[in-house]
Amino acid sequence: MMALREAFSAFRRAPLLSALGVVTIAFSLFAFGLFGLVAINIRDALRSIESRVEIRAFIADGTPIEASSAAMGDIHAFPEVLSVTYVSQDDALIRARKELGEFSDVFEPGVLPASLDIKLKPGFRDPTTVLAVANRVKSYDFVDDVRYGEDWVAKLYRLRTIATLVGTGLGLAFAAVAVIIIGATIRIMVISRAREISIMRLVGATNGFIRLPFVLEGFIQGVMGGLLALGLTWATSTAISHSFMSTVFFDPAMATLGVVGGALIGLFGSTFAVGRQLRRL
Amino acid sequence: MSLVRFLNVAKEYARGGVALTHASFQLHKGEFAFLTGPSGSGKSTILKLIYMEERPTAGDVLVSGVSARDATRREVSMVRRHLGIVFQDFRLLEDRTAEANVAFALEVTGTPTDMIRSRVARVLTQVGLASKGTAYPRELSGGEQQRVAIARSLVNDPYVLIADEPTGNLDERATRGVFQLLRDINTAGTAVIMATHDLDLIRRTEYRTIELNHGRLVYDSAEAPPAVKELSATPPSHHDENPI
Repeated sequence: MMALREAFSAFRRAPLLSALGVVTIAFSLFAFGLFGLVAINIRDALRSIESRVEIRAFIADGTPIEASSAAMGDIHAFPEVLSVTYVSQDDALIRARKELGEFSDVFEPGVLPASLDIKLKPGFRDPTTVLAVANRVKSYDFVDDVRYGEDWVAKLYRLRTIATLVGTGLGLAFAAVAVIIIGATIRIMVISRAREISIMRLVGATNGFIRLPFVLEGFIQGVMGGLLALGLTWATSTAISHSFMSTVFFDPAMATLGVVGGALIGLFGSTFAVGRQLRRL
Repeated sequence: MSLVRFLNVAKEYARGGVALTHASFQLHKGEFAFLTGPSGSGKSTILKLIYMEERPTAGDVLVSGVSARDATRREVSMVRRHLGIVFQDFRLLEDRTAEANVAFALEVTGTPTDMIRSRVARVLTQVGLASKGTAYPRELSGGEQQRVAIARSLVNDPYVLIADEPTGNLDERATRGVFQLLRDINTAGTAVIMATHDLDLIRRTEYRTIELNHGRLVYDSAEAPPAVKELSATPPSHHDENPI
């Protein structure tokens, strides 16, 4: 109880120093939050592109509709497959004319083959799975050719891997910076209260007792910094959404995780700093 | 019953050289002892060894049976809860009232809140500051600040009160008042060990006097015949130096 009171009274006794701590943590987490925002928007964009991953199996002319229907049933039963759609020659013509409006007069009836358009379930859209499903579909006698845009599927996944790695790396770097900043702030606070600490020791306070208010203070600073960073990130995201492009913001669970992360950074930084500083005093 | 035992203690600082050597003495329950000698003679070192701010380089200091050589940090904290410590510079927290400064010593030892108020009121009355509990240190005179520091040292009912030049910053009148307070505390049963340069105080009483010079215990009235005490009561050679 006293530790909590002391932790809060530190904000009253040294408001500038405490504000500095909160603001520096907030800015570290804000930078982290901005990157997180970019990362989730990239992820969202990739997910939308990914949903367009499709295998198109072109059917040889003269294939009986019964054979195509039976194959559709088989393919639909594949665990990776979400849907199979039969596109007749006429449908293919309509689609081509629609998609390539300026060349619509080039296409004549019967030029384009019929096809089976196969969509995959989420989680099965990686290059290896796409290739495996494409090969199985290709094994049908009536399938002339299979297209699935192997190049861009591979590129998409490479981009996603790079985004994940860079995100993790930068996230860790920002977290480390935040820990260092909060550690330095708490160390200054410990030094500024050296006299009080020496008196606490003289009257028989244990090191754990002395440490607790500082650790709580770091924790509170982390929470406040986290909330401030969340507010700044939200304001930035809203401003971008209004002015440039629609963006996705963190869901409540991720936002909570960010604040919890701030609290943990505060806790870790202060525990480390106060332990080190108390050994010196 | 001895509360403090110095067993052939030596203390050497890494940069300050030898501060104490071959020091042996005991402080008994209910005793009042002056610690005197010129600046740098080792008075503060003896006090620091008692409250275990320093550890002996050789020999041992036993405080209520706890060895200063082997005590863990936690044991040191526990020992200090039974010691009252008073300094020349009061060491009060400027941003807290007199009451809060005294209560601080109870709070850090985990005393229940409802007990704190009554014990703080009791010791502030004991030191004659019942009406000044809400005053901040800057609003009090030097003598009053020292009384608050003494109240803080008493609030945990110590068995030894350690006073390092408690009157060093006080005028004659405040000195008399603080010294009388220490005597009253001693009369109530608490042992007192007080480092001082003030020979007038020593001469005015029959309390035990331990004299140090260059880190050596050169005189202990508890072990010397009365005639020797008379001789020793001459001013120490470095009397005019700054206090420690």
